[in-house]
Formats: sequence, structure tokens, C-alpha cells
Amino acid sequence: MALKHATPMLDELEKGPWPSFVTDVKRMAPKNRMCEDWLGIMEMSYRDKEGHWKHGGIVGVLGYGGGVIGRYCDRPDLFPNVAHFHTIRINQPASKYYTTEVLRKLCDLFEPRGSGLTNLHGSTGDIVLLGTTTDQLEPIFYELTHEMEMDLGGSGSNLRTPEGCLGMSRCEWSCINTQDIIYDLTMEYQDALHRPMFPYKFKFKASGCPMDCVAAIARSDCSIIGTWRDKIRIDQDAVKAYAAGELVPHAGAGGREKRAFDITAEVIDLCPTKCMEWDGKALKIWDEDCTRCMHCIRVMPRALRPGVDTGATILVGAKAPILEGAQLSSVVIPFMKMEPPYAEFKEFVEKVWDYWMENGKNRERLGEMIQRVGLREFLKATDLTPDPRMINTPRYNPYIFYDPAEVPGGWEHDGVAFRQRHQA
Amino acid sequence: MAFDPNNLMQDRITDIGPPKYDRFFPPVIKENFGKWKYHEILEPGVLVHVAESGAEIYSVRIGSARLISVDLIREMCDIADKFCGGFLRWTTRNNVEFLVSDKSKLQPLIDHLRSRGNWFPIGGTGNSVTNIVHTQGWAHCHTPAIDASGVVKAVMDELFEYFGSHKLPAQVRIALACCLNMCGAVHCSDIAILGVHRKPPLIEHDRVQNVCEIPLVIAACPTAAIKPKKVGEMKSVEINQNRCMFCGNCYTMCPALPLADGEGDGIAIWVGGKVSNVKSVPMFSKLAVPYIPNEPPRWPTAVKTVKKIVTEYAAGGRRYERVGEWINRIGWERFFEKTGLEFRHEHIDDYRLAMTTWRTTTQFKF
Repeated sequence: MALKHATPMLDELEKGPWPSFVTDVKRMAPKNRMCEDWLGIMEMSYRDKEGHWKHGGIVGVLGYGGGVIGRYCDRPDLFPNVAHFHTIRINQPASKYYTTEVLRKLCDLFEPRGSGLTNLHGSTGDIVLLGTTTDQLEPIFYELTHEMEMDLGGSGSNLRTPEGCLGMSRCEWSCINTQDIIYDLTMEYQDALHRPMFPYKFKFKASGCPMDCVAAIARSDCSIIGTWRDKIRIDQDAVKAYAAGELVPHAGAGGREKRAFDITAEVIDLCPTKCMEWDGKALKIWDEDCTRCMHCIRVMPRALRPGVDTGATILVGAKAPILEGAQLSSVVIPFMKMEPPYAEFKEFVEKVWDYWMENGKNRERLGEMIQRVGLREFLKATDLTPDPRMINTPRYNPYIFYDPAEVPGGWEHDGVAFRQRHQA
Repeated sequence: MAFDPNNLMQDRITDIGPPKYDRFFPPVIKENFGKWKYHEILEPGVLVHVAESGAEIYSVRIGSARLISVDLIREMCDIADKFCGGFLRWTTRNNVEFLVSDKSKLQPLIDHLRSRGNWFPIGGTGNSVTNIVHTQGWAHCHTPAIDASGVVKAVMDELFEYFGSHKLPAQVRIALACCLNMCGAVHCSDIAILGVHRKPPLIEHDRVQNVCEIPLVIAACPTAAIKPKKVGEMKSVEINQNRCMFCGNCYTMCPALPLADGEGDGIAIWVGGKVSNVKSVPMFSKLAVPYIPNEPPRWPTAVKTVKKIVTEYAAGGRRYERVGEWINRIGWERFFEKTGLEFRHEHIDDYRLAMTTWRTTTQFKF
């Protein structure tokens, strides 16, 4: 069946080995008019080398201040079926395990009420229903909550949908229960997620170990990264098996072909703190010098495992460039135990929010506020004590602030007394 | 109760959050939660995790376009029903993993996926180029300088041999963002593709006071290029074009300042970022190519440039060395030499802490 719009440029993207979004959408188009016009508007964008969506769009569901991204095309005269093309963010189950039953229900819910196109998943984690009309938002939300027991995710100046790595569900390195942490925080702070109350957006991400599979350190205002503070567990027999070439290094990530594994070159010499030694019989790790980078563990996963005194390092402030430049999160709590109900962590979070809500400027991310007021003020506001683990290096400028209370005599000067000692 | 459009608040359910994380776990995952002992990559795209109990779960990872239809999701469900007891999951890079508890179904699943043409390529594990984290582009967003889905498809077609193999020194993470809001992972990826503008916004003076909050527009500019200005009787803004670096953030705040331009817009390429703490600390991506024109539908110049970077890295990187670690070892002057990329004045930082990026040593290579 011929489609409504010719798409010669998009058709080129049906070629090649990677799955083609064009072929996928074209299959949908004969039965969905939104898909048909979406292909048309994409083709026009390819021709013009400019997008064709109008600026902004404020739509939503009653009771919530976010969760839906409104979008209107700028040529409804040509593409009336995507005149409205709103996106609905649905809060995904932490780390995105599904049954076919729940996915099919979701597809059946969305298809008659929108384009039938999705993003699995949005970068923050949400299930994204891509393209529906304003009049369908409330019915979709009703079915979502009543039939699916699912809720919207976040958008706007609020707590966005938290996400974690898959954690303990299928990884031997996870030092914390990322999924439970993410679920717990999401439930605890539903109000902050659905009703924007912050100066700007705020994201939580939790990774089970410093490999950081959910990119928490780069993509969340508050990054929770699992770690340990005791010794790496060593199975010396397995180390020998790796050294002898009986086990494949790096779990096969570099290929499974038989090759000589040089434990000195590939592990000992690559350790960033040089805290390991191999004498051909036993592996020695000076754990007090280890910075838990994970390299040795990932190269010899059957011989080395994280310690058992586990918890998380808490870092804050990551963001993309706009406005003051990109930031990675910085360490503010080197180690915290993370056990339900996560009371100590939540106490910290609420202090952060109190201070940021009071002091953050309009559209100022947490990381930018800390840059503006200084890490020192942030630590004071959150009752944290300075620790050398919070810095890469001490400052190298001498522009140091002091509190008058810390300086004997304070800042009140006796000018007359000064002049008695020093003539002008 | 059915939905009643005339009584919207009736029967409304709110604040229930997502389904609990373990609700859709396969039984093996549920039983061995937190008790995994080790894993192996059996072949590109195929993992086995072994629990303390000896229980095993196999995961078969496939590439996905991220922008997918309900029909394709249903096909994935059919496969998961046939081979995986109805269980599947998505990764943080938008690949799909079929979870196999019954080992006898592993090979039939792999064979089946391979028989389905281009739809379900197996790979993305180990030292591969895995899926490209990307954004909305012309598919749905109002501020993009490039498309997302099309560029990703073009790049992955070209790098496809690296998706289903383990022949690189380390994993290569490619990300794309269609404007410098950098939704996603562009600022911290081995190779990043970024949409950029090169012309200041046009100012629709007759619309500004009606559709924009002028102080927000002024505050939105990182280089303070925007001032309030009266144009006749209309309150509007003035943009100092010499201070504007085309970030587009004022347009984000004000619909009357559009800046998309078919000829001016294009792609910048960045390299050397990472998020993991393995060996070296996390790093930002740095500028490799300031501008490549938009060339839909297959963006050949951008694709060729990415391929060249990957090829040079594959040839020169040492085992376990990420792109950024490789560049730090050989030096930027060698990176530009090896890749044949032109070094231009755009590469030299001129924003606030710029001097921390200049070379304050006599150590360099000729």
C-alpha cells in the first residue's frame, strides 16, 4: 500500500545492517495516520535540514505539574495528524526488567490512543510514549494507573525519574541494592517528582560499583555509587588459573581465543596505585592503598571480588554544559552504609533540598549553586565535615575566607590603638 | 469504574510510582538476587551469570533503534515468550536483553534471532562499539541542530562490524546529542556527536514581549550577549552578535529567538570522555572536530570521521585502554596527526577556565 508522503531520503535509511527506525515506522504507517504524517514531517526536516516542531508546549494531567512533554508541529496544514504530538513519560521499573505480559498491555493501551511509537527508553530512564493528542492524555493516565498500576515519570523543575544499574539482580560486583534504593527514593519523593517545587531539575542515579553502568557521576545531581572499605576477596587458586591461561581474562570481553595472559602487564602494572604484587605463586594487594577502581576485579572476575563491608560514596552536582559548563559529581560523603529505610541518606538529601530550594536561583542546577556559593557553604548547610577525599588537590590560590569568629579579636578594629602603635 | 471525561477528579489515582523492581524478575534472578558469583561472555552478545548456588542465567543482548514501534515490541515479546519464559529487559544503553533460564533454549534463541534479518543484531558486549545513546533530533524536539535517529543509524551501519565482535582495545561508547543541552551522555563518551549552530538567533521583535519573559532570556546567556532593548514601542532584546556562540539556550527560554538554520547547523565531534573509574578517573569528552555539515540522509562526512577515529584507536590503543586514555598517552598532537583531523583555533578553549587547558610545559612532541 502506497504511503501518503514520498520519503526518498528516509528510504535510504532502510539500507544497512543496523535496525532501521524507518522500516519499523513504515510498517506501522498503513494502520496509523500519525505514523504516516510523522514520516512526512521527518522527510521535510531532512530536506530542509531544520526541525519542524514548534517551540515548547504545556500540557499535562490534572494533579501533576509534569510528566508530559507537549509538542506541536509547525506545518499542521501539511501534516494534520501530527499537529499534536505529545510525549508521555512513564516511570519504568528500576533497571527495566519486564514481562511480555506488561509490555503487551502497554502496547495495547497506547496504540489506539497515539502513534504507537515509543522510545525504550528515555535517557533518564522513563518509558517514552512518543506522540499523542491532548484529549488522550487523561484517558491514557487513567488506564495507566487503573489497569497497569503504573505512574508518570518526571519533567520540569522537579525530581526527575530516578534510575540505577541492574545492581544485585544480575551482577556480582554490586555493593549496594541499587534497585531498592531507586524504588525507595522514587516512592518516598513522589510529590517532588510529580509537582515541580525546585529551582530546576534534580536527578538521582545509583550505580552498584565504580564501573558506574548508569553513568551516575555524569548524569545525576546526586550520584550514589557503591563501594567497599575492607579487603578485596582473593581466590588464590583462581588467580593461578588466570596466570596459567586456564581462565579467560576479562570474562572474555577481549575475545575468547587462547592467548597468554600476562598478569604483570595486564593487572599489576595497570593498577593506578601500584598496590599489587604477584610473585608467580600468590597475589598480594595492599588494600589500604587501593582506590577501588575495579580494574583487577573486572580482569579476573573469578578470582577477585569486592569486599563485604559495603556501602556507597555520595557525590553531587553533575550536569550538562548549560549554563556554566559541564560538571561531574564531586565527592561529599566518602562512605555511607545504604540499608533500608535509608534514613541517613534521606536526611542528607532533605538538607540539600532545603538549602538549594532556599538559595538556588531560577534554573540553577545544584552543581552550579555549589560552584557559586562554594563547597564550603554547601558542606556547612548539610552538616558535613571537610575531608581530603572531597578534593583532587588543595587550593593553589591564597584567597581564603575566614569567619570572624575564628579569628582572635574578631573583625572589629580599634583604630586609635592601631595608630598608637603606628604613625600614619 | 471507567474513565469519565466529565468528572476528571473522580476516582483519580496518583503518586503510585513505578511497579516494584522485582515484580518482573525471572525466577532465577529473584532466587539468586545479590548472590551472583561471576560472569562470562560466551560470545559477542551472549552472557552467562553464575550464582553461588550454581544457578545460571543467560542473557542475549541485541541492538535496538531505541525509537521503536509497538509492533516491534510485540515481536520482541513473541521471542521472549518462545525462548525466555516471557522475560526480557532493556539496558542503560537501550539494547534489549533476552533472559534465558533454560539452557537448552539458548542456541535456538540465538539461531532464531540471526534468522530475522536486520531486526535483532546480537552484540554490544565486551570490547565492542555498543549502542549509541541518543536524543530526539528532528523526530520530536524543538531545539535540535541535527537529527538523532538518522545519524545514529548511519554511524551504526558503518561501525556494525564492531558491534558483534570484541576486537577493540576496550569498549567504545558513542553518544549523540542534537543540541548542546547534551541530553544523555555526550559530555562523557569515548566519541560524541553533537549538533551545533553557527549563526546567532533571529529576533522576532513583534513577538518577544508577548511570548517571552525578558529577564529569563537575558539570564539564559552564558556569555552575557543579551541586553534588553526597546524597538519602537515594543520591549525586546538585543543580541551582541560578537559575544554569541550560538548555544541556543535563549531560544529554549524564548520562542521568538529561533536559530535553526539548514546551512549554518551541523555536527561537532568530541572524543576521550568516560564515566567509569576503572584505572583512570572519569573524563569529559574534548573537541576533535568543530564542524561538519548536516548531510542527510546518511551524513557521510561525519560517519567517515567517526570511523577514522575508531580505526586509528583500534590500531594504536593498548589492551584495556579507552579512547581518552589512548589520547592521554600519545598526546593530542599525535591524535590530530594520526587521525588526520585539522587542528583549528576553534579547538582552543576561550571560556572562563580556558587557561587550565593550555600547555604550560615544554613537554610536547614534534
